[in-house]
Amino acid sequence: MTFINYASKEINCKIVFYGPGLCGKTTNLQYIYNKTAPESKGKMISLATEADRTLFFDFLPLDLGSIRGFTTRFHLYTVPGQVFYDASRKLILKGVDGVVFVADSQEERMEANIESIRNLEQNLKEHGFDLATIPYALQFNKRDLPSVVPVEEMYRTLNYKREPTFEAVATTGVGVFDTLKSVAKQILIELKKR
Amino acid sequence: MCAADFVLYEEEFKHLEEALRRLRQEANAKAVFLIDKNGQQIASAGETEQFDTTSLASLTAGNVAATDGLAKLIGEREFSVLFHEGQQDHIHISIVAKRAILVVIFDDRSSLGLVRLRVKRASVELEKIFEVMMQKGERGAQGSIHASPFSEITDDDIDALFGE
Repeated sequence: MTFINYASKEINCKIVFYGPGLCGKTTNLQYIYNKTAPESKGKMISLATEADRTLFFDFLPLDLGSIRGFTTRFHLYTVPGQVFYDASRKLILKGVDGVVFVADSQEERMEANIESIRNLEQNLKEHGFDLATIPYALQFNKRDLPSVVPVEEMYRTLNYKREPTFEAVATTGVGVFDTLKSVAKQILIELKKR
Repeated sequence: MCAADFVLYEEEFKHLEEALRRLRQEANAKAVFLIDKNGQQIASAGETEQFDTTSLASLTAGNVAATDGLAKLIGEREFSVLFHEGQQDHIHISIVAKRAILVVIFDDRSSLGLVRLRVKRASVELEKIFEVMMQKGERGAQGSIHASPFSEITDDDIDALFGE
């Protein structure tokens, strides 16, 4: 749910990074945070366990500049990926404008990817959203690892609606901004339609 | 996107700010914030410059969402008030008009009792403003208020945003 503030001439959108445990959602946000100019970003918040696993969410506010006189602000969130945190995951999707699904390219994580997309679909539905229509981008992360599944096969298995898909190595930043731009663009195009 | 956008016009923004200013004064609070349940700040009053307001809004919304989840787990509709007591500063959080969160930060110059009393009164006023906002938002969606500034944006505008 986009928040349009005519008084302060601001538009605020919410993007959620979804995906199975340890797929690199937080690493995506950390890369974006590290590469963004200080004046365009707020503080990054990570609610994590002592072992650095996301417990509730990571949050990063980003200022993308202005469009038609309105400051365009994106609030990026990650969800906790571990299966048993489903109640928390559901909460983060509240009011979402666009979703990035970060898939782990390693062969042994394909089942977890599939289960997580199903979980995303279900949790979106509970908030009244439909994965088939919401702005959405798919990222194949960890392309630098040895046991990765070929891109074509991942596409066949994980692509939901011919959404834009990106190969990525979030630790070095490959594909990270492309994924973000893709979903942000889709959100703005949606706004234009309304 | 299926949920309606949340649109705030200048007039209601001024009314909200005025109500928050009055609440801050009457409750003798340090700062007062009104936050959307999705974590966006709507309006504020008082000594807000000493706080990271974006983080405050996001964490408060997370806090309220988690507490809402807890309420449902035990069969309650909601916990409408949260209170965090610190050594010097305290935070009083309440739900207004079902969709917004009112945050009052105060210290020992005030008291929980006073804050609760003033929050109750202010909530009634805020709810009325929200009602007007929702009606305006609906009319806006039907096109009877000025058109969305985004109906005119071009692909070039969007590309420019990303420096392409």
